[in-house]
Amino acid sequence: MQVTMEEHGQIVTLKIEEERLDAHNSNELKVQLLNLFEEGKVKIVIDLAQVRFIDSSGLGALVSGYKNASSREGVLKLCGLQTQVKSMFELTRLHRVFEIFPNSEDAQASY
Amino acid sequence: MKNQLEMDIKVPNQTQYLGLIGKIGEDIAYTLKNFKDNRDELAYHINLVLTEAMANAIKHANQNDPNKEVHISINVSQNNLCIKVYDQGQGFDIREVNIVEPDPTKDHGRGVFLIHTLMDSVSYTKCEHGHVLEMNKSFESSIEN
Repeated sequence: MQVTMEEHGQIVTLKIEEERLDAHNSNELKVQLLNLFEEGKVKIVIDLAQVRFIDSSGLGALVSGYKNASSREGVLKLCGLQTQVKSMFELTRLHRVFEIFPNSEDAQASY
Repeated sequence: MKNQLEMDIKVPNQTQYLGLIGKIGEDIAYTLKNFKDNRDELAYHINLVLTEAMANAIKHANQNDPNKEVHISINVSQNNLCIKVYDQGQGFDIREVNIVEPDPTKDHGRGVFLIHTLMDSVSYTKCEHGHVLEMNKSFESSIEN
């Protein structure tokens, strides 16, 4: 999975450079997030601007990251959701769980 | 020839093919004539149900066995879409899988819920070499005659 990582102070931004976040690659994201948590990095922004398609496994990986960050007194936030991807969050009520921002600058500024 | 599109596809039991099959599903949405609702949304939904059904077949029914395969049959007419996904596994009872809205804080259990939400009818039955998940969607109310 192609991911670009940027760090601004304590905040780590992961930009997913894939068109699809699905059962084929979502586990890689889950593992990458767990590695960050083990390094003590718990303020995470995931930029989904390149992601055109997300399935239940992709949503599951984000929920897993959200829960792990929260249990370590951190927060995982999302940004850059395309229209159809956003509607998946609404269909599964996950838009009520995550803080969602239009872009990574807004998400980073919210910490 | 009657105005009907039929496709039979067999793919190895590997998740790397999810994108390919999903893309075929999206393209089908753009071939429908006189479809008056949101076509991009329909394309996403067909992509999604194919992806979810295949991922279930590969991981749960076929248990990631590289010697197995998944067979997908897609049948599109002017008013209806029928997708069948055949696995080679022992099957699982989809009634046991939670089809009500899942708890938003759980990391699993959304796939079957999404299929039931987006399709009109869903069944999972035994067939010759395994099981088949059949999903139907009517376009009747979305087609302008």
